[in-house]
Amino acid sequence: MPFYTEGSPIADQRVPVGPIESRWDLRRFSARLVNPANRRHRSVIVVGTGLAGGAAAATLGELGYRVKSFCYQDSPRRAHSIAAQGGINAAKNYRNDGDSVHRLFYDTVKGGDFRSRESNVHRLAQISVEIIDQCVAQGVPFAREYGGLLDTRSFGGAQVSRTFYARGQTGQQLLLGAYQALERQVDAGRVEMHPRTEMLDLIVVDGRARGIVVRDLVSGAVSTHFADAVVLATGGYGNVFHLSTNAKGCNTTAIWRAHRRGALFANPCFTQIHPTCIPISGDHQSKLTLMSESLRNDGRVWVPANPRDSRPPNDIPEAERDYFLERMYPSFGNLVPRDIASRAAKNISDEKRGVYLDFADAVERLGALAVEQRYGNLFEMYQRITGEDPYRVPMRIYPAVHYTMGGLWVDYDLRSNIPGLYVIGEANFSDHGANRLGASALMQGLADGYFVLPGVIGDYLADAPFEPLSEDHPAVADTMSEVRGRVKTLLAVDGDRTVESFHRELGRLMWDECGMERGEAGLRKALERIPELREEFWQRVKVPGTGAQLNQELEKAGRVADFFELAELMCVDALHREESCGGHFRAESQTPDGEALRDDARFCYVAAWEFTGAEPVLHKEELVFEHVKPSTRSYA
Amino acid sequence: MKLTLRIWRQSGATGRLVEYPLDDLSPDMSFLEALDVLNERLVLAGEEPVAFDHDCREGICGMCGVMINGVAHGPQKATTACQLHLRHFEDGDVLTVEPWRAEPFPVVRDLVVDRSAFDRIVAAGGYISVPAGSAPDAHATPVPKPDADTAFEAAACIGCGACVAACPNGSAMLFTAAKATHLGVLPQGQPERYSRARDMVAEHDALGFGGCTNAGECTPACPKGIPLITIARLNADLLRAHTSRSDR
Repeated sequence: MPFYTEGSPIADQRVPVGPIESRWDLRRFSARLVNPANRRHRSVIVVGTGLAGGAAAATLGELGYRVKSFCYQDSPRRAHSIAAQGGINAAKNYRNDGDSVHRLFYDTVKGGDFRSRESNVHRLAQISVEIIDQCVAQGVPFAREYGGLLDTRSFGGAQVSRTFYARGQTGQQLLLGAYQALERQVDAGRVEMHPRTEMLDLIVVDGRARGIVVRDLVSGAVSTHFADAVVLATGGYGNVFHLSTNAKGCNTTAIWRAHRRGALFANPCFTQIHPTCIPISGDHQSKLTLMSESLRNDGRVWVPANPRDSRPPNDIPEAERDYFLERMYPSFGNLVPRDIASRAAKNISDEKRGVYLDFADAVERLGALAVEQRYGNLFEMYQRITGEDPYRVPMRIYPAVHYTMGGLWVDYDLRSNIPGLYVIGEANFSDHGANRLGASALMQGLADGYFVLPGVIGDYLADAPFEPLSEDHPAVADTMSEVRGRVKTLLAVDGDRTVESFHRELGRLMWDECGMERGEAGLRKALERIPELREEFWQRVKVPGTGAQLNQELEKAGRVADFFELAELMCVDALHREESCGGHFRAESQTPDGEALRDDARFCYVAAWEFTGAEPVLHKEELVFEHVKPSTRSYA
Repeated sequence: MKLTLRIWRQSGATGRLVEYPLDDLSPDMSFLEALDVLNERLVLAGEEPVAFDHDCREGICGMCGVMINGVAHGPQKATTACQLHLRHFEDGDVLTVEPWRAEPFPVVRDLVVDRSAFDRIVAAGGYISVPAGSAPDAHATPVPKPDADTAFEAAACIGCGACVAACPNGSAMLFTAAKATHLGVLPQGQPERYSRARDMVAEHDALGFGGCTNAGECTPACPKGIPLITIARLNADLLRAHTSRSDR
């Protein structure tokens, strides 16, 4: 039975023609500008205040545009970028260890298993150096050496040391930099801030994105906001799996609603499972906590050589331990990319036993104090959650859902196929292909927010201001009434199951069938089960209270309802892509060694899906590799 | 294990404590997961669940925070409520759970308070003015490691509001001082150092936070252990701001 149809390919990505090193310059030059005096007559909505959204709103404010910024949290400073631990990559080559813009570009394309767009990735590598400059100037307290210069460390998938960090709280410090820049613009009156406000739909008028419908999470009031352009910076959708390292509130609603309004959704099945997370402790588990990849700089991953060995880890002698990453991938060792480490851990152990991440060697080599200086806060976090002391007992870890490479399709300008709708940060699909390298999410979010979007959005805003809108406009009134109707329906079901119970069941199904390993039979099963479960949700969900109040169950219900729809598209995408690449591992497509087997002849494209209400329509963007020749990724 | 939670419920101008016995809890649960268990039960019983703020559940976003038996974030040192696990309580304990109490933090509902006053303090001057694109090379100005470490220590503040809730004066001086210290010890933060201190403190006072009388309750309650000396640093900068004209 066909589960999708194929539409026309995507012809134009608006990539400038010229040498790859000059394309960003060429684009900035060809993009039209808005005169500084006219910018205050152009308005932009930015949804989300993480690294991408916070940086974009601040920068657009600095440029003089009128900006409205939205977040569901009580303050823009709390967006989930805050939880990123390990670091941010930049091709500074301060170490003189052979790094360059081209090497970062190469590593990222290869790390993404040749499923990203070369031009975008090259631009990202170029901008990476400016990001570090910007953040240092803002007062981000990066780790430094005694000479006063910046320290760096290594991350997975790289053989140079290019990751800048602030202990295990790099995301927090970078986000505070963006947040402070944003608050400066709020104070200057150029950004209007709307915290505790959730976007529930996109307003499209005459083919252009012109505004959003939001719900004030405190009063429950549903209202509209209009602008000349809308920027979505609403993060990833890993919470479709219920348990992930995302914050509890992370959701797909903004991008999913935009998808329903016509925006293409690209590579939804490309999900990153992070190898080093704290394992589940019971059914009450509400989220999973990451232990930074940076720990693999000094920690060694092992399992008992005998899987039935039930002795405590410290009682297992050296000779009876299997340091499987070092054994299987001698040249990268414990620092292989995330997709490879996760799958290796899964193949050798299971959720209950986990694998060990051991610092005994590092403590002996460097001393406990040096280990504490590098990873102290991570060790404390581990101890708080598990009650075990990682200085004495090896950490127990297991892979968990962490990041989604897929997202709304964007062109070179980060514009979706809906004119006026821009998508930045994790919410878009653009730079990481089928697997993101560690410390590259922060780089991408800030590149998009501080530099890429502000560099090109003028080209679109040059045609603005557009026709003034009011809530009487038919397209606006329709969108408003759909949103109100949905809220009302969720409250009216008054069934006998909690939102949480549905989310848990959906998450389990997705983890089993569309998680670390996907097979045709399982995906087909999921595609049968998801619609049944969704139907049941709308019949049996129970949401107490009213819509005219702070109602956290209602918020969750709306988000889970959208996860149900997205989950189905993820399975369709995973089923149609009959190859393995990066984080997408199809059981049917593997090498004799059990590694991912790509099929470049059939699948060297971005799968961009169009919403129809029935079978989705596939639009292919062919990927062309002029500079990094696709090869079998080898980290052995 | 069993616990009895006495939780502050409020939907209008006033509220009250309501008692909820819970059994079948696991010592491996976080405190917020115990609230999840309670809420699922309340929803199924057709009652309104307890509203509480939370998001990352990793102790870094600063969104969660409640008083547990009168202690901000509960009994474990340097730990947010989301990272507090039930293994730190005794089977059968009775815990009183209340929202932060301070005039500039009005209760929104149940355990949720409005902390937007913190954003306004930052907006008043808690930044370095450096528009995107205008920065020199990151190595143009080396920063002595001890200064970078002091800045980091203060920058670790998560803006949760525990310092205000713990302070008998309802002062947000630790929060304000953490930001002033973070930026004020770095060379990049020097040009605005004194105006920053002056403007943030003026906004702090205007928002209705109390003055600091060195009660010293804030640092022990702070989940990130921001040291009290940051307030002394702020005061020194403040004095300089009001006695010199270097940055007027």
